[in-house]
Amino acid sequence: MTSSLHLWLIPVLPLIGAAINGFFGRHFSRRTVAGVALTFCGAAFLKALFVAAQFSSLSLPHTEFLAHWIRSGDFLVNFEFYLDQLTLVMLLVVTGVGFLIHIYSVGYMWEEGGFYRFFSYLNLFMFFMLTLVLAGNYLQMFIGWEGVGLASYLLIGFWFTKDSAANAGKKAFIVNRIGDFGFLIALFLMIKHFESLDFGRVFSSVSPLPTENAGFGLLTSIGLLLMVGAAGKSAQIPLYVWLPDAMEGPTPVSALIHAATMVTAGVYMVARSHVIFDHAPNALTVVAIVGTLTALFAATIGIAQTDIKKVLAYSTVSQLGYMFMACGVAAYSAGIFHLMTHAFFKGLLFLAAGSVIHAVGGEQDMRKMGGLRQYIPWTFLTMTIATFAIAGFPPLAGFFSKDEILARAYQANPAYWFIGVTTAFITSFYMFRLWFMTFFGDYRGAEPAGHGHSNAHGHGGHGDPHESPMIMLVPLMILAVLSIVGGWVGIGGRFEHFLGPVFGERAASEVATGGLSQSTEITLMMISVGAAFLGFYLAYLLYHKRRDLPQKIADALGGFYQAVVHKYYVDEIYATLFVKPLVDGSTRILWHGVDQGVIDAAVNDTADGARHVSDAARHMQSGNVRSYAGWIAAGGALIIAYMIWMGIR
Amino acid sequence: MLHLVLFLVFGAICVAGAINLLAQTHPISSALSLVVVMASLAVEYLLLGAEFVAAVQVIVYAGAVMVLFVFVIMLLNAGAEERTKGSHVALVLGVPGVLAGGLLVAWVLLKRSETGRVALGSLPGYPKTIGTLLFHEFLLPFEVTSILVLIAIMGAVVLASRPDAKTPSGKES
Amino acid sequence: MVPVSYYLVLSGILFACGVVGFLIKRNIITIFMSIELMLNGVNLSFVAFAAHWQKFSGQVFVFFVMVVAAAEAAVGLAIIIAVFRTRETLNVDQVNLLKL
Repeated sequence: MTSSLHLWLIPVLPLIGAAINGFFGRHFSRRTVAGVALTFCGAAFLKALFVAAQFSSLSLPHTEFLAHWIRSGDFLVNFEFYLDQLTLVMLLVVTGVGFLIHIYSVGYMWEEGGFYRFFSYLNLFMFFMLTLVLAGNYLQMFIGWEGVGLASYLLIGFWFTKDSAANAGKKAFIVNRIGDFGFLIALFLMIKHFESLDFGRVFSSVSPLPTENAGFGLLTSIGLLLMVGAAGKSAQIPLYVWLPDAMEGPTPVSALIHAATMVTAGVYMVARSHVIFDHAPNALTVVAIVGTLTALFAATIGIAQTDIKKVLAYSTVSQLGYMFMACGVAAYSAGIFHLMTHAFFKGLLFLAAGSVIHAVGGEQDMRKMGGLRQYIPWTFLTMTIATFAIAGFPPLAGFFSKDEILARAYQANPAYWFIGVTTAFITSFYMFRLWFMTFFGDYRGAEPAGHGHSNAHGHGGHGDPHESPMIMLVPLMILAVLSIVGGWVGIGGRFEHFLGPVFGERAASEVATGGLSQSTEITLMMISVGAAFLGFYLAYLLYHKRRDLPQKIADALGGFYQAVVHKYYVDEIYATLFVKPLVDGSTRILWHGVDQGVIDAAVNDTADGARHVSDAARHMQSGNVRSYAGWIAAGGALIIAYMIWMGIR
Repeated sequence: MLHLVLFLVFGAICVAGAINLLAQTHPISSALSLVVVMASLAVEYLLLGAEFVAAVQVIVYAGAVMVLFVFVIMLLNAGAEERTKGSHVALVLGVPGVLAGGLLVAWVLLKRSETGRVALGSLPGYPKTIGTLLFHEFLLPFEVTSILVLIAIMGAVVLASRPDAKTPSGKES
Repeated sequence: MVPVSYYLVLSGILFACGVVGFLIKRNIITIFMSIELMLNGVNLSFVAFAAHWQKFSGQVFVFFVMVVAAAEAAVGLAIIIAVFRTRETLNVDQVNLLKL
């Protein structure tokens, strides 16, 4: 083992920042708070770069032991760190994009209340996410997993005085918890059968086991349960409902947590557990199906949304579906590749959307925007780059990663590929719809001396839409550059080669691309680019040339359109099927029945009983001499009778 | 035979006296009934041969204690007692309890015990024997009893004295 | 030859009468006399057993009982006199300051 890199510094530095800001931030000036937060986050980023620089000299996987944790008989869990190529990719993405978003947030949140609280939570989130990524065993990963859920709850409900925000935070946490239940059961199964949660030990125990091709074996169960957890964290069907509501949080939160990092934890976990999934093809199929369906489903909802952040939220769900589809066809490195590029362009999209919202004084409804490109040119430029990237236009980042996934999907099963291409078309359509509605045409916004009250970002009434300050624009520009060049690492399979050792022989064989001929690949590429163009054209038609058409189409589709606008009524269905019965049951059975009826009653009745007993016994102390004598006589007679009885026996 | 007859006769007098004590309303009548009971008890002691005890019973109990009782009754001028509301516990619980206990004891003793019989005057109750016992084996209780009597005397004097009585030396209290 | 148990039954009857008298009488002095009656009953059983076992300790004990009874009568009557002075009544039901 090479010498210690002190990997523990990477998560702990943001934790220190969170603690300082959390305990003392109330007394600091905004500059100090921002300085503390940026320093510690930046330090973590620098450390990650440092680790990357040393990478070639390390023997991988590189593990570092920090401390003992659980020692229960043969079951050992330690605080330890695990570093391999996959970890490095995640590390750089999380710390890099995280750092950029921290910088952006300083500008975005400058006029908000609770400034120190925001940065404390943000740093706390970084700590947990880095713990998750660097974890050397499943339990430590679970700490990070839960912790990012907590940070997400805190940040979504940042403006907690607003009911909708508080509810959204709760919804996110609870839905996540459902997924975590599956994760936990998987952990229990691992403990039972492999007696360890250590990555090294679990994977080496799994490798010699036979592949479960038929039915439900142990590994299939573990795989499916892990997928349940991933579905909760990464917002896949059926546990995606929290992500659109999470847009109640400040936009940098949406960018960091719900686009670039937290929601990718599920993908990371599936990729990390690839050994298990490789031995459980049925579970892997389920992963692929869930991912594919989610991608399509979310995309269809996205085309009818009017809130700019909601469009991006559904887009995130959809793109995560792509990543799961990739993992599901064992193209793990393609999934991670898309994770990385997605972090760049989706993060950029959210930050730019924040800039747009900031420009129009808090308005989030796209119908009230328009023609903004002359007011906010830099935001327009960066958002354009991001939109083209996500739509999959070459040579931007999204093209390479999405194409990689589609190629692998075609190899596995053309049905996946077909749905993937359809989704790509729809993605392109709704993204360009957003682009046209926001930046082109006439400004449909409120009067310049207007309000800007729609979300708590409000600082309304400051004239025409204006560009954001430099501190917000610089991260946008950096992310834009990354969105352009980020995909180039994938050319010639260099990225996959890099991740090859992580994913073992199966991935390596895919890298050789023995499956697809060159011409098939080019054809597939052309088709996906064509789909992107088609989406662009359709959006151009409907939202630029013939602005009246969308309404006519909507009217023509009638009920179906209404269903899409209302997100297929999924939330309402869940409320009726699950939420209401649970709440009613809890109220009636647990609260009235158990808590009030049994527990409270037991205590109250004990007190009442004591009182009644003493009420009755009180009569013995009547102050009347003769009654005392009477009691004594009766007692004496009893005792004598008893003694006689004993004597007779 | 004679023993049995005498026993029964004086036993009957005892019980009659006891019941009369309960039945009378005026305390003086009850006191006099008690004297009758004590006298007949003295005869019972004689039947058992305990002459010393019988003599002491008459002299101390009937002669001193009961006289004291009569003195106090007359001092306090107690009249016939009125009917006031008594204690329910005593009447409901106590009396039946005691009666039941008494009946039980009687039944057990008569039917189930195999104690022997005593002859008339079987116990020689010489004062000399009793004195020897008192001053040898029961010396400590004897001395303690004498202290007890002393304390009782002091207590009675203190308790019964008038609150504002002048002390014997004439000082005003 | 009278069985000892007869004496004991007589003693029991006297004792029971004493207790009943204690419970049903209202005059303090009468209650006191019932106590004396109880003591007498117990004395009889002591002497009866002394005759049965041919031991003199029973008589000695009767002696002690009488002494204690005398002392108790003296103190008790003194208390009754003191109570009479404050309460002006010999009715035991009215000596009930301890009543709730």
